[in-house]
Amino acid sequence: MYQHLETAKNTENLKRIVVDPVSRVEGHGKVTLLLDADNKVQQARLHIVEFRGFERFIQGRPYWELPVLVQRLCGICPVSHHLAAAKAIDQLVGIDPENLPVSADKLRRLLHFGQVFQSHALHFFHLSSPDLLFGFESDISKRSIVAVLGAYPDLGVQGVKMRKYGQEVIRMVSGKRIHGTCAIPGGVNKSLTKAERDYLLEDIDQMIEWSAASVALIKKVHCSNLPYYDDFATIRSNYLGLTKPDGALELYHGGIRAKNANGGTIIDHVDYCKYNDYIHEEVRSWTYMKFPYLLSLGRENGWYRVGPLARVNNCDYINTPLAEAARVEFKAHSNEAMVHSTLAFHWARLIETLHCAESIKTLLNDPDIMGHDLVAQGEKRYEGVGVIEAPRGTLFHHYQVDENDIVTKANLIVSTTSNNMAMNESVRQVAAEYLSGQELTEPLLNNLEVAIRAYDPCLSCATHAMGKMPLQLELIDEEGNLIDKLVKHSSGQIERPSHG
Amino acid sequence: MSKSITIDGNTVPFEEGQTIMEAATAAGVYIPHLCHHLEFAPHGSCKLCNVKVNGRVCSACTFPAMEGQEVLNNTQELTDDRQKITQMLFVEGNHFCPSCEKTGNCQLQAVAYHLNMLDDHYPLFFPTRKVDASHAEVMIDHNRCIFCTLCVRASQQKDGKDVFAISGRGLKKHLIVNAQSGLLKDTDIEATDQAAHICPTGAILIKHTAYQVPIGERIYDHKQIDQVSLEKEHDQHGK
Ligand code: SF4
Ligand code: FES
Repeated sequence: MYQHLETAKNTENLKRIVVDPVSRVEGHGKVTLLLDADNKVQQARLHIVEFRGFERFIQGRPYWELPVLVQRLCGICPVSHHLAAAKAIDQLVGIDPENLPVSADKLRRLLHFGQVFQSHALHFFHLSSPDLLFGFESDISKRSIVAVLGAYPDLGVQGVKMRKYGQEVIRMVSGKRIHGTCAIPGGVNKSLTKAERDYLLEDIDQMIEWSAASVALIKKVHCSNLPYYDDFATIRSNYLGLTKPDGALELYHGGIRAKNANGGTIIDHVDYCKYNDYIHEEVRSWTYMKFPYLLSLGRENGWYRVGPLARVNNCDYINTPLAEAARVEFKAHSNEAMVHSTLAFHWARLIETLHCAESIKTLLNDPDIMGHDLVAQGEKRYEGVGVIEAPRGTLFHHYQVDENDIVTKANLIVSTTSNNMAMNESVRQVAAEYLSGQELTEPLLNNLEVAIRAYDPCLSCATHAMGKMPLQLELIDEEGNLIDKLVKHSSGQIERPSHG
Repeated sequence: MSKSITIDGNTVPFEEGQTIMEAATAAGVYIPHLCHHLEFAPHGSCKLCNVKVNGRVCSACTFPAMEGQEVLNNTQELTDDRQKITQMLFVEGNHFCPSCEKTGNCQLQAVAYHLNMLDDHYPLFFPTRKVDASHAEVMIDHNRCIFCTLCVRASQQKDGKDVFAISGRGLKKHLIVNAQSGLLKDTDIEATDQAAHICPTGAILIKHTAYQVPIGERIYDHKQIDQVSLEKEHDQHGK
């Protein structure tokens, strides 16, 4: 599609534009564009400039530390890492998912719904609503949650409260809002007391109501600009994620399903422990992030998207009524079997938010979450794979241990890595269709960030203060001279420093 | 009439043969400590129990109580010194509390909170130290050893074994185990030994038990170390 823009034929005499760092995403990434004399885009790339080497770091540690250790990978979805690692180490003590005590399974699911709910709410309200409500090329001073709180106070407050609710679910189950403990090998370390359960029940109906309202809002935004929303940054891709055995949407445990751009099945109900037989990762010289692809389709065509868009596209239905109704509308808005619009990620994300709220209510009303049979134990094994649907998509944790219980090998495929090719394609689509040939301005360049932000990438799984990311834009001519520069300070203030 | 000393101006009785630490504990006065344990002969290595006795700095855990002593314990100067000592203990090893399974139950961490230690202050050494997980039930993470010798003393004096010793000096100081191979699996330690449970940090651990106690039920979740320490040690010392 736009792969010809990954590497320009001849990079001499091209102007280089750098968007560094990409703001309002988690972690540090940058976009570079090479433009010819007519401002036509010849090359566009999203680079990941941070590298943490976590897989090396956990080698040599006892495996039971993993669920707590790996939480440090990410400040936004630590629970997903915690649970993916926990699912892997369950196997190290000989416990397969079907043998996990019922209460432990439900408590972990409750914890994870809390995580996805809070992460999705954070992304929509804090990171993306400014673009969606004020326009992609709006004045930069408007592009923050503060501006949203000013113009749409109710909505802003809902966003803050929804995020807080998700954090409270996490706190009740794991002891802390962030980086708590819950899962241990073969189970969990506590159940909910009645008081904790009742506390969470108090606000759940409000959460469902607000989630439903946010789905209605995004639908309105999307459909009132339909041609634009269906085209902007849009790419036709394969989709991958977990589903339940009956094909329903699943966030905690299921088999791997991948569908192609026409909705045809590539693989289905694959045991994720065998992911290596289906997915490989390619390394490219210009970025730290790898490029995973489906083996059967090869490097060129085997890349796929993960996350809310993939999950809502892939599943046959959603097992909670309001989210299912929203899914049906979502699918009906497009006349294709799969919704390819990159901006539809937002819509799908809010459908999932609603599903989380409904599911939290169901679980809170289930006495099993107050049960006492919490841990199971089996025969020791030397290898474990845990896969979960993190807020940003399918997350793989794979470990090997020695006879002393020490980790000897680890492999992680984080969600954002799976979306690497897709994000690059979306950046190139926007560069080619919306920027090429124009005089570049900061608002215009925000389009690139809007495209990336739709994926809600967690570029380094590092925590950054929201809305405080500095942005620097440099325009460099063919001789390498800086001809223009825009700087957004962490305070949000913008300046064009004099240069020369 | 019983004999007495003063601690921070308050009269504290003592019995012949008691250390300042023992007299203080019996009277419900907390003096921060890590290498002291009421069941073992004092070792005097961590220096956290530094007090001023008639103007001179001494270790309360080793110094005998004597008539006429005016002891200063809870002063800003001593707290500052103790904080520095704790910071040095942290930077000398690799103490990553966020992922350590002893967090919430660790005396080193608890004493650091008690002394209001907010950062490491000194540059971290990042020493290269090993994990010995060779034993089926007990493991040593050398990264977290502060050389308090409690395991050494417990193994000798309570378990009737001789599993641990400290070897080397200064920066080369390290914990060794009594086996040709140098591995814990070749010693006679058992998970029921007191030596396997006495470590004030997360250096000696019982395998497969990590994180079983939820947040909120760990030793230091609701009480500071002074309170925990006095509740545990007060009675025994009073006898
Ligand atoms: S292993 Fe623990 S008990 Fe033994 S000397 Fe080191 S810190 Fe003290
Ligand atoms: S407690 Fe006195 S020196 Fe350690």
